[in-house]
Amino acid sequence: MSWIQNKFEEGLIVTSLDWALNWAKLNSIWPMTFGLACCAIEMMATGASRFDIDRFGAGAFRATPRQSDLMIVAGTVTYKMASRVRRLYHQMPDPKYVMAMGACTIGGGPYFKHGYHVVKGVDLVVPVDVYVPGCPPRPEALLEGLMRLQDKIRHQTIAKTPEVKAKEKVLTTA
Amino acid sequence: MTPEQIAETLKAEFDGAVVDAIMSGGHPSVVIAAERWHEVALFLRDDPRLRINFLRCISGIDWLERGEIEAVYDLQSLRPAGPGELWSGDNDVAVRVRVPREGGHIPSVADVWPAADWHERELYDMFGVVFDNHPDLRRILCPDDWVGHPLRKDYEHPLEYHGIPGTTEFGQKSPRH
Repeated sequence: MSWIQNKFEEGLIVTSLDWALNWAKLNSIWPMTFGLACCAIEMMATGASRFDIDRFGAGAFRATPRQSDLMIVAGTVTYKMASRVRRLYHQMPDPKYVMAMGACTIGGGPYFKHGYHVVKGVDLVVPVDVYVPGCPPRPEALLEGLMRLQDKIRHQTIAKTPEVKAKEKVLTTA
Repeated sequence: MTPEQIAETLKAEFDGAVVDAIMSGGHPSVVIAAERWHEVALFLRDDPRLRINFLRCISGIDWLERGEIEAVYDLQSLRPAGPGELWSGDNDVAVRVRVPREGGHIPSVADVWPAADWHERELYDMFGVVFDNHPDLRRILCPDDWVGHPLRKDYEHPLEYHGIPGTTEFGQKSPRH
C-alpha cells in the first residue's frame, strides 16, 4: 500500500488522477534481479528477446531492492534463504508486489513431503500478490501473471474505500 | 593397478588396516579401519606405484540396522599416458571407512587431498560424523543453528524454523508475516 492510496474523497478529479497514476504504475513494474533456482531460467527467457517482458514495461530488472517494485520469487526457497527473502522484501520501497513463481514457491512443490529444508510456500515468509503455477512455468505463464498483477494495480484508487471509511468512523466516534 | 592388486598391496603394507575388500559388483572398494585411514591415505597418494592424486567424491551411507555410518571415498590416479598425451584416470578404487553412528570419529584427509575439506564438511553436516584434525569443521549447507543431521535415516523434519512453520502435513499453519 503506497502513501497516497485510499486517502481522498471520491470525485471527478480523483477518478481521472487514478487513471493516470495507475497507468504509470502498471506500465513500469520494475522487477528485482532475483533468481533462486530453475524457475529463474524461465524468468531470464521471459526477459530475453523472444518473449520480451519489456513489452509490458517490466523489463528493467533492477540489481537492488531499493529500485524495484516487484519481487519475482523464482525458485525453491529454503529456510536458510527465507530470512534473506524477507529482508529483501522489507528493503523494497512501497508500493511493492510479490509474485510466487513455480510450484516450490507456491507450496513447497516436489519438496513438500520430503524436503526438510524447503519452506512450504513463500507466502509463509512474505505476502504474495500473484501465484504463477508450473514447474517451471513457461514464459507465457509468467507474462500472464504479470498481466494479472497489472489488473490488480488497475483497480487501485486514491479514493477512500468503504472499509477505510468504516475504520475512520470507528476511530472518530471512539 | 586393478582394485584387487591395490587391496593386496594395502594388505601387505599395513598389517590389520584392511578390514575387508569388496571386489564384486561395479564399485570395488577396500574397507579400512578408521584409526589407520590417514596413514593409508598418505600411502595411496605418495606410493610411486599408485600416485592416487584425485579424490573424486566422498559419499555417506547410514546403516541404521548395523548402527554404523560409512564414508565412501572415490579415488583415482590422474596423469598423462605419455609425454604430450591426454590425461587419463588409472588405479580406480573406493575406500570405505565405517564408524559407529553415535560418536563416530574419522581422521580427516583434508591435508592429503584438499578436495576432502568441503566433502568432509558436507558429511559432517548431513550425517554428523566428526572428522578429527579438520581445518574448519562447520556445517556447509544447512544454517549454523540447524538441529540434527538431515540424511540420517531417523532424522525428523523441523516443525518450525525461525518463526516459519514447517510441516509435512496438509493442515498448513496460517501465514505469519
